[in-house]
Amino acid sequence: MSRLKDLQKNLFGGTTSNARQFGMIFTLVAIVVLFQILTDGLTLRSDNLIALFQQNSYILILAIGMLMVIVAGHIDLSVGSVAAFAGILVAKSMTEWDLPWPAAIVFGLAIGAVIGAWQGFWVAYIGVPAFIVTLAGMLLFRGGNQFIGNASTVPVPEGFREIGSGFLPEFGPNTGYNNATLLLGLAAALAVVWREIQARKTRRAMDADPAPMWISILRMAIMVGVIAFAALRFASGRVGTSFPISGIILLVLVIAYSFYTRNTAGGRHIYAVGGNSRAAELSGVKLKRVNFFVMMNMSVLAALAGMIFVARSAASGPQDGNGWELDAIAAVFIGGAAVAGGIGTISGSIVGGLVMAVLNNGLQLMGVGTDRVQIIKGLVLLLAVAIDVYNKSQGRFSIIGSLMRPFRRDDSAPPASPPDAEREPAKAAVSG
Amino acid sequence: MSDVPILLEMRSITKEFPGVKALSDVNLVVRAGEIHAICGENGAGKSTLMKVLSGVYPHGTYDGKIIYQGSESKFSDIRASENAGIVIIHQELALIPGMSIAENIFLGNEPRKRGAIDWKAANRMALDLMARVGLEEDPDTLIKDIGVGKQQLVEIAKAFAKDVKLLILDEPTAALNEADSKHLLDLLRGFRSRGITSIMISHKLNEIEAIADQITILRDGRTVETLDVKADGVDEDRIVRGMVGRELSSRFPDHTPKIGDVFFEVRNWNVRHPISADRQVCKNESFVVRRGEIVGFAGLMGAGRTELAMSVFGRSYGVYESGTIIKDGKEIVLKSVADAIDNGLAYVSEDRKAIGLNLLDDIKTSTVAAKLSKISHHGVLNEVEEYQAAEAYRKELRTKAPTVDESVSKLSGGNQQKVVLAKWMFTDPDLLILDEPTRGIDVGAKYEIYGIIQRLADQGKGVVVISSELPELIGLCDRIYTVFEGAITGEIARADATPENLMKQMTSTKKMATR
Repeated sequence: MSRLKDLQKNLFGGTTSNARQFGMIFTLVAIVVLFQILTDGLTLRSDNLIALFQQNSYILILAIGMLMVIVAGHIDLSVGSVAAFAGILVAKSMTEWDLPWPAAIVFGLAIGAVIGAWQGFWVAYIGVPAFIVTLAGMLLFRGGNQFIGNASTVPVPEGFREIGSGFLPEFGPNTGYNNATLLLGLAAALAVVWREIQARKTRRAMDADPAPMWISILRMAIMVGVIAFAALRFASGRVGTSFPISGIILLVLVIAYSFYTRNTAGGRHIYAVGGNSRAAELSGVKLKRVNFFVMMNMSVLAALAGMIFVARSAASGPQDGNGWELDAIAAVFIGGAAVAGGIGTISGSIVGGLVMAVLNNGLQLMGVGTDRVQIIKGLVLLLAVAIDVYNKSQGRFSIIGSLMRPFRRDDSAPPASPPDAEREPAKAAVSG
Repeated sequence: MSDVPILLEMRSITKEFPGVKALSDVNLVVRAGEIHAICGENGAGKSTLMKVLSGVYPHGTYDGKIIYQGSESKFSDIRASENAGIVIIHQELALIPGMSIAENIFLGNEPRKRGAIDWKAANRMALDLMARVGLEEDPDTLIKDIGVGKQQLVEIAKAFAKDVKLLILDEPTAALNEADSKHLLDLLRGFRSRGITSIMISHKLNEIEAIADQITILRDGRTVETLDVKADGVDEDRIVRGMVGRELSSRFPDHTPKIGDVFFEVRNWNVRHPISADRQVCKNESFVVRRGEIVGFAGLMGAGRTELAMSVFGRSYGVYESGTIIKDGKEIVLKSVADAIDNGLAYVSEDRKAIGLNLLDDIKTSTVAAKLSKISHHGVLNEVEEYQAAEAYRKELRTKAPTVDESVSKLSGGNQQKVVLAKWMFTDPDLLILDEPTRGIDVGAKYEIYGIIQRLADQGKGVVVISSELPELIGLCDRIYTVFEGAITGEIARADATPENLMKQMTSTKKMATR
């Protein structure tokens, strides 16, 4: 029992706030295994994995920005329209104004920044709820896309398509695999080991016992195993395919934004604002600046996602990005973010996005129609958030925690009185 | 008087919250047709007692008996007590601003005709009720369009719509101007002559003296005495003595202050209300703080102490109008909380749960939240330094928690307060403003917090303590300012401070002899 507890506590992070994420990873694994069986091994085949990543990288990129928006206590409904708007402008800039494609990408990001500044201004400085601002933005930029593109499609040149449909190049000796992908996998494996060592060092510096060695090794073994498996799969696809460029972009963004949200003051401030904006303000956090930033950042990422989508489908069209906002929001909430803000992680949102992606993909492979796919996705989202809400009403803990509750009496250190108990006399003191 | 029948008797009411005994053995006897005042300091248990009576705390959550109209009552909720004719009117009015007077009066109690609301009847009945409370308005007028005095009358009309027998008013005149207050008091006299019994909680002792028949005084959750205003010849001084008379010794750690020179000064501070711009919340206030000194701010609720503190702390409240802040001989301009923190100010808010802490955070995140730059290098947070800082404060302040990874929402009030103190000590402030630092904290933790405050002063910092508990101010502070209606009305050295003279200056604009 105690070993099991150790495992549960230490395998993925440790604190209770990660328990939800821990559950999500297991859900993801379970879904993958389920579909692997149901589709007779189609799910984990190289070409399917590659397609899965290419088809979902832009949603996952949106999920990164959406996570920050939701943690800060807002929402962004406009991302699909913003993506489409940036997409059409970028496509036009290359076909009609002959902008070289690298410049067009910069141009696209700049469009995202301007749109983000517009939305951030209304949210942060005027105080219009983000729901309204971005609902307006959803109409505004969808209309803008169709106005500029005359509701028709605009093709994009070859070089630009790389960011959506390109792969890591082939080079070096013929190993039967894509060497670049193998090297990427190796780097990832080394990074995992390095991080584990760092984490143990940090734990020791905090005079806390690091997790038992066997757990560290088990954790590393699992992660390295997963990475090795994925690398081999991606590297062994049809010749000319390998790990997609859009996947690389996603990877870089995940690492950068995870670092930003976890390890910098700016990231902390987003959580502080979402957790208790008044307390954050009284601690010197510049509320308006944080709100402005998360809204602006979201639109920049939306523009990027739009460009990747356009590059993948080789043309920008009037219906690009329809419904993306909902996929991104669903990913974030399935990934454990709290509806009220203040809670959530980038990695959780990515896992949430992957759950949706695998679900989508697996059901499609099984020949389930989009009607039923939607029904199932809707139920999954509802269930995931219902669990979150239920846990909160039970004192904001994991399912695991609530299952353990009846047995916790004999636990050490009574955690003091429940927080609500003291509110009453405090109130009495105010008005009595 | 004793031949008048008893309407309500509360017998040895005891109400406990975890760690705090809010009421112990409280007795209250109210006779039919009288105006009965309940007096006591903030936190004496007045509101708790009224919540017990009105069923907010249902039968079974307290000990003792409520005998109402001759039989024991066991109210399970507010509705049950209202059905029995007991209606409480809270200090914060429970009206819906966007609805009309008539709609508010009959909210939840709408007259119906064949399932639909009968607005004709409602308006007719509303007019009748409004006449009884002397409110001359169109019943279709929206609540937000009438003044707070008239809103109070709507509340009372609402009570009449429920066929009230016992009317409870919690600080009914706190938000009213003099004319509205007078009207309300006249109204209460009128009710008395018509046989309606009222219980009135008020801090305004002159009003109580003028209107009440009986006064029950509570202190520290106990009944001190019940006075008959006419028979006992009660005056304000007599009430004050009953309210504050308690031993002060040994509730505070021994301390010899080491007071230095004036280093912080606020001059002619004027601030307006953030929404109603014609209301001035700080009226030309000036004060000084010396190094090593603990300075108290005494005042009743709503006197504007928190507003003063927060407006000084980076203009985090209200609209700044004029005034200067001088620190170490230089004028400083604090336009934001970040400015204030950078200039060595810290403000510990009165409501740690609502605005002091992010309850989603753990102890270590909370500890460093107000000065992340101290644990950052090139913008990157150092987890180890964060842990070490939090752990050091946990040990120093003896915060009871297994580790600094514990969520602050799981801590008791006293320990949460220690985390908030640690958060602000971590910013290395020169001046700490502590707003109600011991509210909702049990006696033992209070003693520890007092010790921490004294140690901070001994380190040469200036400490400002805002408190509604006079004994706390007298026991802790080296000097006390009194505040009344947004103005500083007095300054009293510790040696001269008594609850009586503080209370006097807190309740009147008249300046007494200042030092």
